[in-house]
Amino acid sequence: MAIVIFSSELQKLTGEEQTQVKAIVFKDIVAEIANQYPALEHDALMKMAVAIDGEIIHTPFLEKVAPDSEVHFLYRISGG
Amino acid sequence: MSEAQEFKYIGQRTVRPDGFDKVTGRAAYGADLTLPGMIWGKTLRSPHAHAKIRSIDISKAEAHPDVMAVATFKDFVTLQSESIAAGEGSADVLDLAKNCLADDKVLYHGHAIAAIAARTEQAAKDALSLIEVKYELLKPVMDVEDAMKEDAVVLHDDMFTAGYEEKPARASNIATRVEMKMGDVDAGFADADVIVEREFRTPTAHQGYIEPHACTVTYDEDGQSMIWCCTQGHFDVRTSTAKVLGMELSKLKVVASEIGGGFGGKTVIYQEPVALILSKKSGRPVKMVMDRDEVFIATGPTSAAKLKAKVGIKKDGTITAMQGWMAYEAGAFKGSPMMPGVMTMFTPYDCPNVLVEGFDVVVNKSKVAAYRAPGAPQAEYAAEMVINELAEKLGMDPIDLRLKNAAKEGTQTIYGPKLKKVGLVECLEAAKNSPHYQSALPEGQGRGLAAGFWFNVGGQSSVTVNMNTDGTGTIVEGSPDIGGSRASMQMMAAEVLQIEPKHLKPIIADTENLPYSQGTGGSRTTFATGMAVIEASEKVVAQVKERAAAVWNVTAEQVDYADGVVRNTAGEDSMTLAEVCKGAEKTGGQISGSANINARGAGPSFAVHICDVAVDQETGKVDVTRYTAIQDAGKAIHPGYVEGQLQGGAVQGIGWALNEEYIFNEDGVMENPGFLDYRIPLASDLPMIETIIVEVPNAFHPYGVRGVGESGIIPPLGAVGYAVGNAIDRKVEELPCSPPRVLALIQNG
Amino acid sequence: MAKTHVTTSINGEPQEFLCEPGDTLLDVLRNDLNMTGTKEGCGSGDCGACSVTLNGRLVCSCLVLGVEVEGAEVGTIEGVSSGDGLHVIQEKFLEHAALQCGICTPGIIVSTKALLEENPNPTEEEARYYLAGNLCRCTGYDKIIRAVMDSAETLRGGA
Repeated sequence: MAIVIFSSELQKLTGEEQTQVKAIVFKDIVAEIANQYPALEHDALMKMAVAIDGEIIHTPFLEKVAPDSEVHFLYRISGG
Repeated sequence: MSEAQEFKYIGQRTVRPDGFDKVTGRAAYGADLTLPGMIWGKTLRSPHAHAKIRSIDISKAEAHPDVMAVATFKDFVTLQSESIAAGEGSADVLDLAKNCLADDKVLYHGHAIAAIAARTEQAAKDALSLIEVKYELLKPVMDVEDAMKEDAVVLHDDMFTAGYEEKPARASNIATRVEMKMGDVDAGFADADVIVEREFRTPTAHQGYIEPHACTVTYDEDGQSMIWCCTQGHFDVRTSTAKVLGMELSKLKVVASEIGGGFGGKTVIYQEPVALILSKKSGRPVKMVMDRDEVFIATGPTSAAKLKAKVGIKKDGTITAMQGWMAYEAGAFKGSPMMPGVMTMFTPYDCPNVLVEGFDVVVNKSKVAAYRAPGAPQAEYAAEMVINELAEKLGMDPIDLRLKNAAKEGTQTIYGPKLKKVGLVECLEAAKNSPHYQSALPEGQGRGLAAGFWFNVGGQSSVTVNMNTDGTGTIVEGSPDIGGSRASMQMMAAEVLQIEPKHLKPIIADTENLPYSQGTGGSRTTFATGMAVIEASEKVVAQVKERAAAVWNVTAEQVDYADGVVRNTAGEDSMTLAEVCKGAEKTGGQISGSANINARGAGPSFAVHICDVAVDQETGKVDVTRYTAIQDAGKAIHPGYVEGQLQGGAVQGIGWALNEEYIFNEDGVMENPGFLDYRIPLASDLPMIETIIVEVPNAFHPYGVRGVGESGIIPPLGAVGYAVGNAIDRKVEELPCSPPRVLALIQNG
Repeated sequence: MAKTHVTTSINGEPQEFLCEPGDTLLDVLRNDLNMTGTKEGCGSGDCGACSVTLNGRLVCSCLVLGVEVEGAEVGTIEGVSSGDGLHVIQEKFLEHAALQCGICTPGIIVSTKALLEENPNPTEEEARYYLAGNLCRCTGYDKIIRAVMDSAETLRGGA
């Protein structure tokens, strides 16, 4: 199962540093953890960027996650 | 991608394809389009920094014979608060509209209130005095400290700080509070042998592009309204303008003119929807060009910031804890780049215990816009100054201290993932071995060094490569070319197509000729649009192979493509690319390849700069005597333009560190809105800017590209700031190090 | 207000125009004669994007009134290259990647040409001070100065 690691900001809502997820597509991961932690808002999570094994994806949705992947939610970065 | 790729064209210093037009004056920029029947628009701006608008009377203006249209906020459609993609980030559409034309309140000196269109620019300007505005003056809130006070005058009575677990009871000027942490900073500081903690300030600074914002528009009730403007992202101009005017995207075409600099500042709309209203009302094409003072008072700038940095270190140079605090000015509406400031502040360092707190604060200044690595220069300046002071306290070489703690592959970042392969160590080693660092510092001068980190972004890029019947091609892209990116697109396509770059012509298509493409910003164009160019070109090659295979009755797998020639590996046949293109009509139609991608895997670019300065002890004037910029490009597609990005970023940072700042009087009126008094670096201020390009490939790009546009503006603040302190034996905290400030430091200690 | 009739010469060609008393030479070039190669960056003589020559002297065209060029010789970016190709300075700017966005480039090329006509063998410092009135925000001036020095050398060699 893939590991989702929560940032310090998200930990305030989850109370936990990380969790394991069964889902293998990003949107399903969001659904799963939003379900697991009621304080996490599904829509807010969908507006975040994600790093899957270090590869940053700005507007994730259908990305596949491997069973041993590490998943981080992060704020979307913009540039100049 | 493999570590050691061989390239045929990439890495050369070709002449840019748009070069001829740009050295002859033929290139058409924002203000260069004139249409038949065109009239001119000018904007009435607030003389006050903070006031309620009691009334706006436009009747005298409307009655004047020269005036052909007047626009105010009432002309926008009724808008609800809604977050939309705007420029490089997101913005509230209502805030966007209220910034284009004020609603019931003016929130900064220069805030647009109304606009007039008339036959000539001068007539429009003259008629502005006919508009009568009654104000109820409010106390301006001009810096973060005042804005954050409990009893501060509040700019927006519906703004409650986000980021606390419970919604605050009262509205405030703090839009957002963020805290990011990892490990245990208290334990880390307890482990430290030496701790340095300091407070810093950076000024309001402008992107300072030489071309003022400009647009020419036509409004057409039947559809096909058009905006011609200088922008970093014309698709985003279309989205934002259509939204505030309630238009369908298909009814608005935006054409990106050549753009005379942007640096993040040309990612948002200002005049475009207003000009369209004036065009709609007058039935004429309308041109609006800002005066230079309007550019200063009403566009850009970047956040002034107040920061604190505290770092603990062991005697052997191991950093044990890093703590930061920052408050960034957003200007009149929420949305400073505080978040990337928090995320980047300590990222060059591998330290398990980090805590950073940030505040996004509104003040009565124009709404900030993105500026090259938005938010990072201020935060990393504070961090780098403290790191340098620690090195000095330990008697350790500042590069050795950084090498001992440098972020590398596997380093945990505060913002989430562990870093992939990055080039900070390589940059530090290149700095250490550089002729500059190896040279002795001239007597009486000061030296400073700083590192910088920026993420870079990927995002959406759409590209089509159309082949002509003679084997040449057009690269149709949607990313405005601000710094020579057409040359890199040309070279990447040439590399795939294996023909000389000069046979491929890159063009920037308007919003009707390509699907959505994000703007040029976030160091994304060579990376992301380049990826789309490569993919589109690969599709062309695949088609060329299929066509040839069909002609030779073999499979596409049996043909090879190299050096612009397709060969039958099962026989003797061969055809040039030109021959395949010439025959395309008989083998299935013309050949083109498209790629509409959302690029992922942008690779961070680290930079390290070294600066020497001489300080005039009597006047406090600082001269940069030698400067070296080192940066990881991943792979430099066109080394000349990569060096240009490093040099340009360095010099903008030098300007920020030494002279550039907004000066406001007690009423919140900007007193230096011109290039004479807002002093950006001149040719005579500077030495040559030495560059070293480091290439640690980005594993997620086919050629290893990382963006290079932004990181270069980060290190100068710390490198220059520390060099000045080193030269005068004082602790620099506040930027810029302008003569009066430096003189005061020398005299007062 | 009545417009004034002005007869002048631009890039060696006779030119006539009507202008308002308050119109600058820059306004006339850009808006009346459609010569948009000369750029406006500030309108106050601080940025040099509008550099032209007036009777051989380098000026900011935003600080010259249209009526002042009666009987004068005006040189603009459009006159720098001859019909059969680019001027050496233009070639050197391209070769050295001495422009990024390009908005300051016409002014800087006009200024460089004036510099090298006045002083064919400038030191780097002389070049930097001569061009101190031409702002560039993109390049940090390094490649511009290299292009200017290389142009000077090439022009001297060819003389």
